Amino acid sequence: MTRNGRGAAAIALFAVAMLVLLAGCPPQNGVDEGAMAPPMDPAPGAEGAAEGSAIKIGALFAVTGDASSLGEPEADTAKMLEKQFNEAGGIAGRQVEIAIRDTKGLESEALNAAKELVEKENVVAIVGPSRSGTTMAIVDYVEASEVPLISCAAARAITDPVKNWVFAVPPGDRDAVQRIYKYMNAQSIAKIAILTSSSGYGAEGLKQLSEQAPGAGIEIVAEESFNESDTDMIAQLTRIKGTDAQAVVCWGVGKAPALIAKNMRQLAMEVPLFQSSGVANRRFIDAAGDAANGVVMPAAKLIVLDQLSSDEPQMAALKEYQDMFVAEYGREPDHYGGHAWDALHIVKQAIERAGAGADRAAIRDEIEKTSVFVGIGGVFTYGQEDHYGLSPDAFAMVRIEDRDWVLIEE
Amino acid sequence: MTAVQVWQFFLSGLTTGGTYALIALGFSLVYNATGVINFAQGEFVMLGGMITATAIAAWGLPLWLAALIAVAITTVVGLVLDRAAIRPARHSSVVVLIIITVGASIFIRGLASIIWGPNERPLPAFSGEAPIVIFGATITAQSLWVLGATLVTALIMWAIFEYTIVGKAMRACAINPHAAQLCGIELSRMVSWSFALAAAVGAIAGIVLAPITMAQYNVGTMLGLKGFCAAILGGLGNGLGGILGGLVLGVLEALGAGLVSSQYKDAIAFIVLIIVLLIRPSGLLGREGGDP
Repeated sequence: MTRNGRGAAAIALFAVAMLVLLAGCPPQNGVDEGAMAPPMDPAPGAEGAAEGSAIKIGALFAVTGDASSLGEPEADTAKMLEKQFNEAGGIAGRQVEIAIRDTKGLESEALNAAKELVEKENVVAIVGPSRSGTTMAIVDYVEASEVPLISCAAARAITDPVKNWVFAVPPGDRDAVQRIYKYMNAQSIAKIAILTSSSGYGAEGLKQLSEQAPGAGIEIVAEESFNESDTDMIAQLTRIKGTDAQAVVCWGVGKAPALIAKNMRQLAMEVPLFQSSGVANRRFIDAAGDAANGVVMPAAKLIVLDQLSSDEPQMAALKEYQDMFVAEYGREPDHYGGHAWDALHIVKQAIERAGAGADRAAIRDEIEKTSVFVGIGGVFTYGQEDHYGLSPDAFAMVRIEDRDWVLIEE
Repeated sequence: MTAVQVWQFFLSGLTTGGTYALIALGFSLVYNATGVINFAQGEFVMLGGMITATAIAAWGLPLWLAALIAVAITTVVGLVLDRAAIRPARHSSVVVLIIITVGASIFIRGLASIIWGPNERPLPAFSGEAPIVIFGATITAQSLWVLGATLVTALIMWAIFEYTIVGKAMRACAINPHAAQLCGIELSRMVSWSFALAAAVGAIAGIVLAPITMAQYNVGTMLGLKGFCAAILGGLGNGLGGILGGLVLGVLEALGAGLVSSQYKDAIAFIVLIIVLLIRPSGLLGREGGDP
């Protein structure tokens, strides 16, 4: 092979390499829209359904795919609740059917499934999707079709600005950051370094961390970022080590936050590490191993259920969910399943208030009137200007010790 | 930026570079025998780490046995790839064969995600996690394992090519396949050998890297591409060049992330690739004007 021939071949190979990279990206929701049938007129809601027939609630969860650790417990919770609702006489005297569709965590699948639920299954409301991306992909559609949606994803953009038909149940980053800063104030930590992922989740954390810092009297002395596929964070942490930061705050999901905990040990960094609620799960502890010890994070109350004080207002709800889930599946529930629990109970109560034959608009209005619903993720009070409904109290601050969570008394 | 910080970037770059070097070596092995860039090379790395982590966590095997099993299984995967996908299409053009390896890589990755699920598998460090301080910068014992494995593997490969009949036959095929066949060397057997060796080398890289980065079904893609960049940088088909390319690339990446911006860390490898292709397509050690 000549030199030129080799150069040309190499360039062709590079093009192939780029193809491999592209193949790793999830399809955008615009890609296969052309292949779909033109949208039918929105179904007229459920008012035509005969009294006595089952009420249908749609559910969109990432049961398989990259986000299956979210969607699987959500789907399990929904199946369990369908059974429990019906054994207890259904909703407003009618049997209930929860139609679960798998979004695979993909935007295009979520939109197709939402259309099927609304136009074919004629559901009165939808709970889910599991992820922020899949939720945003169907927001325009549910707004146009006038179907109430209670998302199980946390991005602030879902409920801010307020959209008429869209609600959410997970506690959000704004409240998580507020809790972290409150804890730092109590610990006299005034200078911090932040290390956020380049994903949407990390960008949201970066925004909240920088916006709330001045108000909390906290100075950000170093601002670094990472990709969730990165295999070492030594460069960023070495730079942070050279500053006078008293703590490091990491915002990201997947294995990268665990690598950061490990790399901090490697660099013999003594300052405390704070993580987001996104890694408040067993997977983070397993991945980081002993390096997880000492990490502080805001977390769902479910993981420290047995340590909560007896006057905890959510105690009864948390225990009910825990006991029911363990009895049904023989394993511990997590806060993702809790999102499905909260969303379905809010829909159930709204239908009960609106009456058995209520249409989608009446159910939406009643969801908005939800007041002091004590759930798994927190205590919900929606309003015309608030489709998020939670306060910072939804989180508990926890520290990892001996590879387990310890509730921090504040 | 202090000198100690730059020294720290250099040391951590050397560790990453060690894995890139091993992956580049795998690319060169298959390229020399077939003229094909095997884009499934990164998946061999993934398999090495995943199988070792599973063997230790689920089957309770000691590390050395788990690593041995991982190398053996990955080598078999490499052989199957050759027999099932490459050999039936051996009369096709090189580009077709390359696309077959791209397909194989997606297939292996998909299979791994079904078998192991999306979560990462941690692997304990071989000899403790305590940092070692060298002139103010820290490095883990695992980094030394990576560099040691790179060195030892490179020496073994050199010995195979220099002193064994199979190695010499593979070199003969790389230089002139027709002449080699006329001398009685069976080309298809040499191709099988190259896939087996490349898979084994990839698995070794995956095993020593896993305690640092954790094993996960999708780590192969980016590692494969970085290893490819390293192979081009060093001179495709040149073993020593690939190792040099890997180390240089790792250090450049760490320095770039540390001194410029960590956001462009992944871009640095590809910028280096483009510059090399424009200025010196034969790579650092590749001979201008022909195959080695």
